[in-house]
Amino acid sequence: MGELFVKERQIVVPGDVLATGMDYLPAGGAYRDKEDVRSSVLGILGINGRVLRVIPLKSHYKPRPGDMVIAKISEMTNSVWFAELDSFRDGVLSLREVPEYVGDGDDLSQYYNFGDHVLAKIINVGRTNVGLTLKGPGLRKLHGGRLITINAAKVPRVIGKQGSMIGTIKDKTGCRMIVGQNGLVWIQGAPQHELVAIEAIKLIDEKGHLQGLTEVVGEFIDKKMKNVKVADSEEKAHVPVEKVSEPEEEKPKKKAVGNKNKKTVTRGKKK
Amino acid sequence: MTTKKDTKRHDGRKANDLRPMEAKLGVVPNASGSAMFKIGKTIAVAAVRGPRKLHPKFLQDPERGKLRCFYNMVSFSGSGDRVRPGPSRRTKEINLVMENALAPTLNLDNYPGCGIDVYVNLIQTDAGTRCAAITAAAMALAEAGFEMKDMVAAVAAGSVNGQVVADLDKTEEDVEDAVDIPIAMMPNENKITLLQLDGKIKKEALKEAIELAKDACKQINEVQRKAIVEKYEVK
Amino acid sequence: MAKIIKEHIHELLSKGLRQDGRGLLEYRKNISVEYGISPKSAEGSARVKIGETEVVAGVKMGIGVPYPDQLDKGTIMVGVELSPIAGDRFESGPPSVESIEIARVVDRGIRESGALDFKKLCIKEGEMVWQVFLDIYPINDDGNLMDACSLAALAAMKDTKLPEFDKKTGLVNYEKKTKDSLPLSDEPLELTVYKINNEFLLDASIEEEKNMDSRLTVAFLKDGTICALQKGGNKEISAEDVVSMLDIANDNVKYLRKAL
Repeated sequence: MGELFVKERQIVVPGDVLATGMDYLPAGGAYRDKEDVRSSVLGILGINGRVLRVIPLKSHYKPRPGDMVIAKISEMTNSVWFAELDSFRDGVLSLREVPEYVGDGDDLSQYYNFGDHVLAKIINVGRTNVGLTLKGPGLRKLHGGRLITINAAKVPRVIGKQGSMIGTIKDKTGCRMIVGQNGLVWIQGAPQHELVAIEAIKLIDEKGHLQGLTEVVGEFIDKKMKNVKVADSEEKAHVPVEKVSEPEEEKPKKKAVGNKNKKTVTRGKKK
Repeated sequence: MTTKKDTKRHDGRKANDLRPMEAKLGVVPNASGSAMFKIGKTIAVAAVRGPRKLHPKFLQDPERGKLRCFYNMVSFSGSGDRVRPGPSRRTKEINLVMENALAPTLNLDNYPGCGIDVYVNLIQTDAGTRCAAITAAAMALAEAGFEMKDMVAAVAAGSVNGQVVADLDKTEEDVEDAVDIPIAMMPNENKITLLQLDGKIKKEALKEAIELAKDACKQINEVQRKAIVEKYEVK
Repeated sequence: MAKIIKEHIHELLSKGLRQDGRGLLEYRKNISVEYGISPKSAEGSARVKIGETEVVAGVKMGIGVPYPDQLDKGTIMVGVELSPIAGDRFESGPPSVESIEIARVVDRGIRESGALDFKKLCIKEGEMVWQVFLDIYPINDDGNLMDACSLAALAAMKDTKLPEFDKKTGLVNYEKKTKDSLPLSDEPLELTVYKINNEFLLDASIEEEKNMDSRLTVAFLKDGTICALQKGGNKEISAEDVVSMLDIANDNVKYLRKAL
């Protein structure tokens, strides 16, 4: 009894009727509406027996205890730092939760200042506050490197099964990389390699819902890294760098060249 | 007033024909969700900002988030004189009915103290602007990852020269005795979230207009769906 | 405000590099101008994209009374609306000083250059003149709005055709456009040079703009005559800096012009 209207991995939009009949059960991203099971988000349909769930393409970060996040210090009082987790939620970092000993009357900004980014762990999630700690292996203020933001829904894809994706990116680009569950990603490496890593991450952010991603990303990085090596060795010869032509939706990327004050400006018409 | 379903309108359309439509997702790349919706010559561009904490603090609702809509006609979008920038009484009312059209589909409890702001610019107008704005806004909210019961679609139904029609353009709106009935619906549930009326109409004709609108909103919803799926499908 | 980002930009600059891999004086590759994007309602309109920065602009013509000290000249009013559509940091409400600055700088480039012949916009001296309303709306801010706005303004003006006007009744017929364009004898266009940490850059990204020390916007006519200048940012620049920035601007404005 009941009828299924959709296929595995189909893209569905809010309101779509996925199935009808009490046999089918809604899980995350789906809900029951009388006899029907309907989608409540824009996402990819997953079918597990009779259970239908929709994996959102984009979502807002839901903090959970144990999550590692990259947060920016935005406020402080005498005894507490506030750090931005995302566009609408702050984490709270108390004196007790930092490894340094902070004396009475010490200026908190000496330790962690406005604009600093920290790698922290979530210890509790209240109704309005999220408690953070910097006590723990690897937790610290971040120095150097650069940051980009991806959607929280794509974090698992950037990390990959048991870290396979992030491992691939790190190995192939030689960059250090940390992915915060809240969608901030920290990268550090040679400038051109950082760029390749960022482009790979942006690719996952845009196309992360497609299958066979690990191979696609692997090949993508290989191609880009080859051009970076070519650019490095051709710097002295002043040979024009070969442009990689990408499938239509991707803009042609200009390779980073180490020359200072390179005045050439090229422009192309899109479409 | 009777429906003359087969009588052609001034531009050759039948009573329930909609103008050509176009929709595109992600037109404002740095917004979490955005969309362009074009119907006939009316063009609406919507972008979502937030959720973000509302300031000043007294604006915050500690129990749930607030949906705020900002409808704006760009100065060169009107067919006559330049449109003066800034909110008028009309735009403030449109903001309110837009919020009421979209909020029933959202679960705002997940965002206490926050504002979810939808900004819509009308780049060119040829009637049906608040409906185009709502249609674009619903797509933008979907792209931004908000949980919604349904994706709202809206159309300006009405009656022109005694004929009940869907999707009035400006020429039809300006006809004497024309009746303008903007309607927004949750298309899968056939629930109405926006209903306004401007003019005089008999009950039977009004019921007919609502029926036409149901069908029109389903068509518009198809256009919305296609634009969204197209963006994310395997290339 | 983020230290890591600021330090990263500075570190890269010291090596002659930028965050997105461009050269310091390199414009984003995709510069496009689309004319007539709002053909039914605007007398002239255009959409400009510099990379992902997108701006639309439109011209509406009206009839009005001239200023008392310029009885034989038409008028122009330039407006810029930095709506939150374009970026998180913009707030809705009355025009911010940022949008006013862009509008006034674009205005000066047009007005002071004499490129628009206001006398030709006069219909009846002392009584009736054409008013040009040029409004610019950024749609997506990905850096360097100033240049994008200037390019969009010029493109919208070039796209403009005067509507039909009945001298006897004084009424404009917006439904019909004539073949007459605006009396534009030249094409004022602006280019902004940014300074970060003693390095000069063109076409700043959002992060670069946030971390800039100062900027110089220069408006040029086609032959290189300078018709407006605006220094922005709250740090000082030396006279030598100004000369260098003028040279850089002069050398590069042609790339923007090519897009028209």
